[in-house]
Amino acid sequence: MKRGYFGDFGGQFVPELLMPPLLELEEAMGRILKSAEFQQEYTSLLKNFVGRPTALTHCQNLSRELGFNLWLKREDLAHTGAHKINNTVGQALLTKMMGKPKMLAETGAGQHGVATATAAALLDLECDIYMGAIDVKRQSHNVRRMELFGAKCIPVHSGTQTLKDAINAAMRVWIANQRTTHYCFGTAAGAHPFPLLVREFQSVIGREAKQQFKERTGEMPYMVVACVGGGSNAIGMFHEFVNEKSVKIVGVEAAGTGEPGCTNSAPINLGTPGVLHGMNTLLLQSDDGQILPSHSIAAGLDYPGVGPEHVHLHATGRAEFGMVNDSQAINAFQMLCQKEGILPALESSHAVAWVIENKDTIPKDANVIVNLSGRGDKDMDILDDYLAQHGK
Amino acid sequence: MSITTLADKINDANAKGRTALIPFLPGGYPNKESFWKEILELDANGADIIEIGMPFSDPVADGPVVEAASMKCLADGVNLKWIIEGLAKVRSQINAGIVLMGYYNPVLQYGLEKFAKDANGAGINGLIIADLPYEEGLEFRDLLAANEVALVPLVGLNTEPERMKLYADGGNGFCYFVSVLGTTGDRDSLPEEIKVGLKHAKDIFDIPVALGFGLKHPSQLEQLEGLVDAAVFGSALIRHIDDGKSCAEFMKVWT
Repeated sequence: MKRGYFGDFGGQFVPELLMPPLLELEEAMGRILKSAEFQQEYTSLLKNFVGRPTALTHCQNLSRELGFNLWLKREDLAHTGAHKINNTVGQALLTKMMGKPKMLAETGAGQHGVATATAAALLDLECDIYMGAIDVKRQSHNVRRMELFGAKCIPVHSGTQTLKDAINAAMRVWIANQRTTHYCFGTAAGAHPFPLLVREFQSVIGREAKQQFKERTGEMPYMVVACVGGGSNAIGMFHEFVNEKSVKIVGVEAAGTGEPGCTNSAPINLGTPGVLHGMNTLLLQSDDGQILPSHSIAAGLDYPGVGPEHVHLHATGRAEFGMVNDSQAINAFQMLCQKEGILPALESSHAVAWVIENKDTIPKDANVIVNLSGRGDKDMDILDDYLAQHGK
Repeated sequence: MSITTLADKINDANAKGRTALIPFLPGGYPNKESFWKEILELDANGADIIEIGMPFSDPVADGPVVEAASMKCLADGVNLKWIIEGLAKVRSQINAGIVLMGYYNPVLQYGLEKFAKDANGAGINGLIIADLPYEEGLEFRDLLAANEVALVPLVGLNTEPERMKLYADGGNGFCYFVSVLGTTGDRDSLPEEIKVGLKHAKDIFDIPVALGFGLKHPSQLEQLEGLVDAAVFGSALIRHIDDGKSCAEFMKVWT
């Protein structure tokens, strides 16, 4: 396999001016991540700051209704309310040990921005967050949180003024400031080595889930399920199970409003091969290779590309990738609230919705672990708007 | 046409005692109707090579001026097919070398083999892909070379001599040296360390060295005497056109 590739996907499609910092990062990963000093500090931060291990919850009520055992890996219980913090604490520590005083990051809905600002505050790093101007408006609450942690949130007015443009802006700024700044990328996508770096920090999710499940049942789960935007929570859950051949792996993409031809966030199901943000992957794009706007009610899934390792898992048939639309996700969101007393993020609701929609294909009494990647407090306004618009 | 056309154009200008001039304009700018007229005007007024931008929705190496111009062209419906077909029609009237500059994905979707063949057919001498570093571009470079089209290597202030050597080995056209650690767009001054980088490039590459990103006035080149064979300017030209002035007038300052 070519360096930096997962099968045919991945690579380093960046301006030459970004090759030195990418090579520097790869070298630093090799030198620092395995060191006892890093491992000790990172493990301690996960336990004492992030609050790991997060719980593995057996959903008693929903399981009865669905006819199989639904388990949730509770990343919503991690500090800042989502899995994003696993990655940002790791990258902040790496930044520190690389001797750089500053991090920059992109954010869509603001979850990665908040998690980066949090880690930067903890480890005394300067922090600039680039965020699409439209997202700044619709997620003002998260902008405020970033600012409270001492980060600077910079609105991006170019292009579609959303996540993909925030990534473009962050890449531009990184070119100019690479000597002092680490780019804390938020998902398991982008140019090599980012997909590997983010997987390294998120794979704690699957490792814990596997061990917790084994302790509780003595078995291996039948299936693991996670939502896929860029794909960081999903690769975090999947990585530990890829070599467990008996375990089915399902990624869930956002189908948007769901009617044929609608704006969506499902490049694995509905996209075509192409190159964006440093990687060869599947993309929502025009015939001319221009990137198309994406949409999902879950802001964290709203991205026209996807991490290259997921495309590889799809191409090799190791994982299946389904789709869930906005209304199915809202339904799962409400079910989980009502039946289990858990308020899931709209992103994670897509994963829950997939098992609800496909319950007839899952054997009776099978054990299914869904990664509940985050909590839904941030989505209350979106939910209210949706319900009002749909007369509910 | 030959793979050395671009180097020849720059060498010819240098032989006449001047720095070769490479103006950049996004394909279809300021509008589809007048674009080819502007190109002919640049050619008639001293351009040695003309760089035509291939607009892309996500131009990570470009600053605000080029990005905004590219977005306008995309909104007007400019695509690679429009540029290549339009060029084929006027190419015989243009004396300058022609280079297309842009990002990998639109070229990839056009089809790499088809692009190489059509580029040759339209009289395109070279291609600059901002997001195709050495490791990813080697096969495409060979494919283009087989069609007499140069894949122009891009290097910059942070490119170590060792990496320059990778690009130089089999590199075609000219070496595009990026003057700043940043994106396109004119600047009042160039970084001091540029001389060291240019000296390396001049030593390592057999092909001429062009300086781009950040140029707005010929006086910026005075301090770089002997280190720069050609100068690329884009944002300054776009802003000049936006002010309602002619390409001919812009070129006068440089010739």
